[in-house]
Amino acid sequence: MRLLHDRVLALAALLVAAALGISVLGPWIAPYDPLTQSIAARLQGPGALHWLGTDQLGRDILARIFFGTRATLIDCVLAVGFALGVGGAIGIAAAFLGGWFERIAMRIMDVIFAFPVMLLAIGIIAMLGPRDASATVAIAIIYTPIFARLLRGPALVICETEYVKAARAIGASPQAILFRHVVPNLASVILVQTSLLLSSAILVEASLSFLGLGAQPPAPSLGLMLAEGRNFLMLSPWSAVFAGIAILLLAFGFNLLGDALRDRLDPRLART
Amino acid sequence: MLRRILLPRLIDLGLVIVGVSVIAFLMIRLIPGDAVAIMLGANSEVTPQALSELRARIGLDEPFLNQYLRWALGALRGDFGTSLWTGRPVADEILANISPTLELTFLALVIGAGAAVPLGCLMASRRGRSADMALRVGTVLGLTIPSFWLGIVLILAASRFLPGLALLGYVPITENPLGNLGRMALPAFALALPIVASLSRLVRSAMLDSLGQDYIRTARAKGAPERVILYKHALRNALIPFVTHLGITAGYLLGGAIVVEEVFAIPGLGRLILGAVTERNYPLVQGTILMVTIGFVVLNFAIDLIYRFIDPRLRR
Repeated sequence: MRLLHDRVLALAALLVAAALGISVLGPWIAPYDPLTQSIAARLQGPGALHWLGTDQLGRDILARIFFGTRATLIDCVLAVGFALGVGGAIGIAAAFLGGWFERIAMRIMDVIFAFPVMLLAIGIIAMLGPRDASATVAIAIIYTPIFARLLRGPALVICETEYVKAARAIGASPQAILFRHVVPNLASVILVQTSLLLSSAILVEASLSFLGLGAQPPAPSLGLMLAEGRNFLMLSPWSAVFAGIAILLLAFGFNLLGDALRDRLDPRLART
Repeated sequence: MLRRILLPRLIDLGLVIVGVSVIAFLMIRLIPGDAVAIMLGANSEVTPQALSELRARIGLDEPFLNQYLRWALGALRGDFGTSLWTGRPVADEILANISPTLELTFLALVIGAGAAVPLGCLMASRRGRSADMALRVGTVLGLTIPSFWLGIVLILAASRFLPGLALLGYVPITENPLGNLGRMALPAFALALPIVASLSRLVRSAMLDSLGQDYIRTARAKGAPERVILYKHALRNALIPFVTHLGITAGYLLGGAIVVEEVFAIPGLGRLILGAVTERNYPLVQGTILMVTIGFVVLNFAIDLIYRFIDPRLRR
């Protein structure tokens, strides 16, 4: 059983490491420039020259997937990082301070949370204009209340523990309690949830660029590749098929990592 | 009972709806630059006269608070604004486009919930064994398959193996029931897969929770067969978090439906709102978001109330 758990964690770590490696090293290891067109070599299947084939403008699919993965990951890390910073701070502060701050802050979070995700994203992008940065902003705003709600509960539990009460009793400053007791004890929750939410943010980002609301042509973007490849499905499905597999592997890796980490870090589950 | 449970919840509901309306209201006002010029620029020539005309038409020439009050009072009476280019009320536009989306969401919910309950029970009863493990990794996979990609792959597969089948577009079920279901099957399946994954995980953990309860031990001690324990005693309690989760699932499904509709060329809410974004028809975008979100808030409120009445422990 332990071994199986370890294998799942290893697979997840491998997928995430590969995604990070491709994102960082992409510009150096990509076999071609992702924007260079070659009409003579358009819509090719996988082959020796172009490992995954070429798209409708003769651009190398593998190079576009490398750059698209990089773009998606940068957007999602920025957006989820913002949401974690702002939403997490709001959730923890609400639990720690209580009172009117908690009531007002969490009410505001509830209101943002009430919108169906895609609808709010579409609304924000409609305001800011369809471009890559708008999708990032939309994801950042949408995930902020999610982090606030996810972290407030565990933070409340920690604030009620004996050791926090003891620290208060001996007159530890609020900052000391917050940063030496509360936040470190939330680390595993934060790690697990960030990984899981990165996975869902990747899917939202891909959906938005698929709908034409994120990255704009000719940018190499996984969602956009799917949308463009769709028009040439019967001639050559490779662009759409491979871009979809890339999105899937990216989201799958982060989700599996979060899932495996939760098993590993959650003491209630670990005992069984 | 009524006062202690219903009243605070109604106040909460009212506050959330007011908050949602404020955000929806701000959407047009926070557009960087001159929103009216941007809207006009999409479809016709921008002249000073046309600008002030449109500004007055959507009430942007009044003081801020008046604008909100007028708009919110209108929404209360069912007036969610008018589509900029057709001049039709937003509510009419939504009603004209909502049935394919509702049908798709409903079918996906039925498929998803129907498959998730037995799968979740199976995982819980095989807990820790390799079948459980394989299903759990499988559910993560199901959760992360992009439904729009799955839709494209399904179209590709169907066109290869079932040529001649009409796959795209929409016919109302009242006109052609078979054609309707035939066209809806693939998108509903593509949309349902992540639901099967997330709901079956939910059922699994809820089942494991209730299997650890005292009354299960009592049932075992009495010598009740395992099947009865699993499906009669444990499942009933496990269904409570499942039912509560359906409201959130519906919100997720709607988002997924917008994308899947695009893949299968289904003229639903997705096409309406995406078209409105392209045409910079901001009042239509705003009205649609407001109406649909309030619908979801009320739906979740109703689900919360219903299960409070069903579960006697919560009635106290």
